[in-house]
Amino acid sequence: MIRVGAVIVAVAALAALVGPLLTPYDPSAQALALRLQGPSLAHPLGLDELGRDILARLLAGARISFLVGVVVVGVSSAIGMTLGSIAGYFGGVVDDAISRVIDVLMAFPGILLAIALVAVLGPSLTNVVLALCVIGWVGYARLVRGQALRAREFEYVQAARALGAGPGRVVLRHVLPTAIPAVVVQATLGMAGAIIAEASLSFLGLGVQPPTPSWGTMLDAGRSHLFDAPHLTIVPGVAIALLVLGFNFVGDGLRDRIDPKKD
Amino acid sequence: MARYLMRRLLLTVPVLLGVATLVFALIHLVPGDPAQTMLGESAAPEEVARLRTQLGLDKPLLEQYVGFVKGVAHGDLGTSFRYGTPVAREIRQRAPDTALLAVCAMAAAIVFAIPLGIIAAMFRGTFVDHAAMTVALAGISMPNFWLGPLLAILFAVKLGWLPVAGSGTAWHLVLPAATLGAALAAILARMTRASLLEELRELYVLAARARGLSRVRAILRHAFRNSLIPVVTIIGLQFGAVLTGTIITETIFAWPGVGRLLIQAINFRDYPLVQGCILFISITYVAMNLMTDLTYGWLDPRIRYE
Repeated sequence: MIRVGAVIVAVAALAALVGPLLTPYDPSAQALALRLQGPSLAHPLGLDELGRDILARLLAGARISFLVGVVVVGVSSAIGMTLGSIAGYFGGVVDDAISRVIDVLMAFPGILLAIALVAVLGPSLTNVVLALCVIGWVGYARLVRGQALRAREFEYVQAARALGAGPGRVVLRHVLPTAIPAVVVQATLGMAGAIIAEASLSFLGLGVQPPTPSWGTMLDAGRSHLFDAPHLTIVPGVAIALLVLGFNFVGDGLRDRIDPKKD
Repeated sequence: MARYLMRRLLLTVPVLLGVATLVFALIHLVPGDPAQTMLGESAAPEEVARLRTQLGLDKPLLEQYVGFVKGVAHGDLGTSFRYGTPVAREIRQRAPDTALLAVCAMAAAIVFAIPLGIIAAMFRGTFVDHAAMTVALAGISMPNFWLGPLLAILFAVKLGWLPVAGSGTAWHLVLPAATLGAALAAILARMTRASLLEELRELYVLAARARGLSRVRAILRHAFRNSLIPVVTIIGLQFGAVLTGTIITETIFAWPGVGRLLIQAINFRDYPLVQGCILFISITYVAMNLMTDLTYGWLDPRIRYE
């Protein structure tokens, strides 16, 4: 399954990268006379409610999805790893303070806090990324904290300390590397989570704003045309489900390889 | 058990306070003046000043915070800007609909998923197992904002069997509950299968078989009961996902619950109502997590002494 997932993700990433070369149409160009037209040779995935080519918009939307996924996972994991290792390694008051913040943020269903933040900051791609980072780092911090708590008791870590290595060096060189495999799994699954979250927020009108194409906004626009043009709903939905499935396959596969006992 | 209960309840207090603090902070994160944002650029300065007073934004921050927490403790969540009515009343009117939707979705997921998981475990490695788990994986990967419209296209538009949106009859509940319950069903089916397979490796199952029990009887009478403990936990833990899922599901199907109210409040920049809805959903989530923990402590007595 991990290979199937990797192929899906690679194809989607390539399509997002070379998107404009795959279709001659501008994702924002309108042909109102042809609006809601179904798939044809000229437009393989049809046209939307403003006569824009759905394939061109899908490819442009893929860029947004990958951009959000990479930035959210990158920033969240960096913050989470830093705070998690500090909490786990140093313990005491620092650990208590960080752990209480984690407890409170975990008390919110993740997407709800993102909705709340975007609701007050205003709908935009930047605010979506910001909101997803605010909720995203918590999972990494908890994971790395647990690993750091274990790792600090390892003999080689104590040996490094005894040899005079400072806390920064011990954490970076000896503690953090023990958490990396678990973080990679979390990050892969986190890509799927970020892509779904961005699409959810855009679907609710709180994310990427028209005319910028996003899979979530495309789905939202399709809702008004369930009767006359169901392809508006089906196409972006298939794209989201496939890409999420791909990342889940890769994440599950990596987890099984790291911990074969887990089903 | 009483000590465990007390300890767990006490641990919830700082979390609830943290949640209330975050919700209080929301209105202060609004760029610029929240009152001006709510009324729009063209609003007269007197109107803005009046709204600022009404929202309590003219008071010192600490006084605002203390007033907010006191209000929450007494069930006073302020006044809705759009409706001009108490926020608590607006939420109270819609909460039963959200609860109905969430409970039906969870019930449907349990009724569908547990037999599917049992069948997959019983026929492990066969076509039946692969088919069941493929269905489950599809359920996990399909976001509800896509599944909902797809079900509407099929059952409301093409077949005309069910209403496309709205509320009022039991038929209106079918598509939203199916949409909301699908992901939970998928997770539960996978969990039931995994947990049952784990139990089937235990010696007591072998002993039951050696005493002459049929395979089906050994599974249903012995292994299945024990495999339910992690499944029950997952049901509790997944409640949060179901609860937040109502926001999208209610929006898709125009279901008159708290989730839809939240999105409408956001669109109208009705910040007191936004805060009230977020607080209500979060507190419900914390309460459900507490109940899950307590249920788990009851199911597994070892937990109490930790």
